[in-house]
Amino acid sequence: MTEMQFEPKIIAFCCNWCSYAGADLAGVSRFQYPPNVRIIRVMCSGRVDPSFVIEAFKQGADGVIVAGCHPNDCHYISGNQKAATRAEFLTSFLEEVGIDPSRFKLEWIAGSEGEKFASTVKRMVEEIKVLGPLGSEVL
Amino acid sequence: MEASPETKQPEKEVIGVFVCHCGTNIGGVVNCEKVAEIASQIPGVVVSKDLKYACSDLGQEEIRKAIKEKGLNRVVVASCSPRLHEYTFKNCVEGAGLNPYFMHMVNLREQCSWVHMKEPELATGKAANLVKMGIERSRLSTALSPREVTVEPSCLIIGGGIAGIQAALDIGDKGFKTYLVEKEPSIGGHMAQLDKTFPTGDCAICILAPKMVEVARNKNVEMLSYSEVVDIQGYVGNFTVKIRKKPRYVMEEKCVGCGVCAEKCPVKVPNEFDMGFGSRKAIYVPFPQAVPLKYTIDRENCLHFKTGKCQLCVKACVNEAIDHKQEPEEIELKVGTVIVATGFDVYTPTRKGVYRYWEYKNVITALELERLINAAGPTGGHLVRPSDGVEPQRIAFIQCVGSRNLKIANKYCSRVCCMYAMKNSQIIMEHSPDAEIAIYYNDIRAFGKGFEELYHRVREDYGIEFIRGRPAKLTKDPVTENITIRAEETLLAKITEREFDLVVLSVGLIPNPGTAPVQKMLSLPVSDDGFLAESHPKLRPVETAIEGVFICGCAQGPKDIPDSVAQAKAAASAASTLMIKGKHIVEPLYANVNEELCVGCGLCAELCPYHAIEIAEKDGQSKAVVTEALCHGCGTCAAGCPQHAINQLQFTDQQLMNELTAALAAKNSAGGE
Repeated sequence: MTEMQFEPKIIAFCCNWCSYAGADLAGVSRFQYPPNVRIIRVMCSGRVDPSFVIEAFKQGADGVIVAGCHPNDCHYISGNQKAATRAEFLTSFLEEVGIDPSRFKLEWIAGSEGEKFASTVKRMVEEIKVLGPLGSEVL
Repeated sequence: MEASPETKQPEKEVIGVFVCHCGTNIGGVVNCEKVAEIASQIPGVVVSKDLKYACSDLGQEEIRKAIKEKGLNRVVVASCSPRLHEYTFKNCVEGAGLNPYFMHMVNLREQCSWVHMKEPELATGKAANLVKMGIERSRLSTALSPREVTVEPSCLIIGGGIAGIQAALDIGDKGFKTYLVEKEPSIGGHMAQLDKTFPTGDCAICILAPKMVEVARNKNVEMLSYSEVVDIQGYVGNFTVKIRKKPRYVMEEKCVGCGVCAEKCPVKVPNEFDMGFGSRKAIYVPFPQAVPLKYTIDRENCLHFKTGKCQLCVKACVNEAIDHKQEPEEIELKVGTVIVATGFDVYTPTRKGVYRYWEYKNVITALELERLINAAGPTGGHLVRPSDGVEPQRIAFIQCVGSRNLKIANKYCSRVCCMYAMKNSQIIMEHSPDAEIAIYYNDIRAFGKGFEELYHRVREDYGIEFIRGRPAKLTKDPVTENITIRAEETLLAKITEREFDLVVLSVGLIPNPGTAPVQKMLSLPVSDDGFLAESHPKLRPVETAIEGVFICGCAQGPKDIPDSVAQAKAAASAASTLMIKGKHIVEPLYANVNEELCVGCGLCAELCPYHAIEIAEKDGQSKAVVTEALCHGCGTCAAGCPQHAINQLQFTDQQLMNELTAALAAKNSAGGE
């Protein structure tokens, strides 16, 4: 690995019941994706405090994913709806502070969607490589 | 959360790291020795080993030995997904005297070696980083103990159809107090309306009535008919239920069901049990086999309630059972478990649909047909068509009405319509051997035991014609009121127009309107199709996201009678398991309030999907109070607290931030350490 090529750091908060299970299924199915992502397991996407996402960017993450169960599929009834509300807020907040909001993604990934997990990570890594390291955007 | 005495919160972290090869599953990609070596450099780590198979007896023994010899107070196992082996390793460390919540798992297999198979170096770097994240997180672990709640040995069953009846019988027979609540005047549900059942041709009421009687006689079952659940509070093992018993205006204890009152009643109204074809009086039982066989006054139509004058039923009743002044009664119950068996309703064709159900008298639904071919129905089982009361000779069935139709958002297959159409065709042919019957279908789904055989029988022995195609247009002859169906017969690749005397719409099943209020009271998740969602589609088919609440029958999704009965027995078994144990273990994932920081704003209480948080006065100040047994551990409250005063055990802000910091501090993001 040369220091020259930019390798983005991506944090993915995954809910235990759907998205973390989806990430596990990606493994079981041997769907390959770039190793740039670090999964942080939470019980529900509703657990993700917007300040966690902001903190991740503060500490140098180039991209953050919050992944939860599909609408109406939340293990905790409505935690994912709360995650969605917070995501809206985060998107506008990031724009406000000069971070390209496409560095943050809310994704619905079911336990059966290993392929979707892998492709989400792949796409995110590619997009952020184009965007460059955090702070390189001019908004 | 107090620590159990033998596992006091340790002062300083003494960490053991165990990196599993999982044969070649991890070891074939990740250099496990190197990962263990990198981890050994991290402050606080006193043991760092790679193991061939950590989950094997040998591997587990190695971990236990290290705990004892080195006095480990944190164990990090880097192996497969915690979703697979978390309990294995928790039990393992507990065996060595360490509180199980000091064990933390790092996922090196599903989320590292298996997804970076062609990049061993990067995978090794990432693995080392993942282990570091785990170590940093585990520093903040605390000793926890699962909480036990007692389970009341009683069950509430909502819905008195075949599923609810069967569940009540099973639980009552096991010796548990059972309350069977039914909103209609009689139990029995939709099954009581059916004529015969597929594929065997058993008479529905003949097999149902004995069960209805049996459940009424069961000493442990208390039947609350003509009653509705109005409130449910509490949690697994300890639900408080409020039931509203509607006034029958007939005293149940005095009514003997003789029916003299109904003979004298001057008011005739369409009988909803007969889908409006027959009539009943304003004082009535819905059908002769009703259980309980107690009369009910329909307040809306009763002349006494309308004019205050009529007293004919009161005069007729020798037992003085009629009481027009009866008030609704509220009953409060304590139960440990709940089974929701609120069933289905049939789909009602839309007013502007192509099938003209609302315009053409001779277009009827399948449930209406059931009453018209039923010996106990309004015509005594003699099939006549509504427009002129003449026996129809040419009959068409149209399948998938309200099912598998994206236009009305019912994508699902209702699972019973193919078979009931065949069954009803057979019954009609038995009564009128000269009849001509055609079934317009999309696909025939004859998947159950004996179903395919019935499909063959109706085609070969009864000459039922199967036409593949969805009708596009129905028109009515203004004189005869016969119906012409225009359809593309896809197997012939032809558009045909055929005339019939009667058209039966094979309407699908939709959730019963009675389900929604119960679903809201219990906060039960709903599937895409609108039916109640089970915990897991394969492995937890009768459990729900709410502990202690089970579902069965058509409340969970369209199904036939055998499946409803099987599921009812499963739900009864699952509820009984809880009640037999008498206690339930709750994982310590619940929210925890730091009262010094809490300002009592109540945002957490609003966010909680389980109503587990209340704002209470404590020493003159408002504070959030969590009912641990109600808390499911999602952490939504913790994420929303502006004061960071509420935290989730095992997933505290600080634990997650430690993980985050360790992830982002790595030298090389793609590789890691």
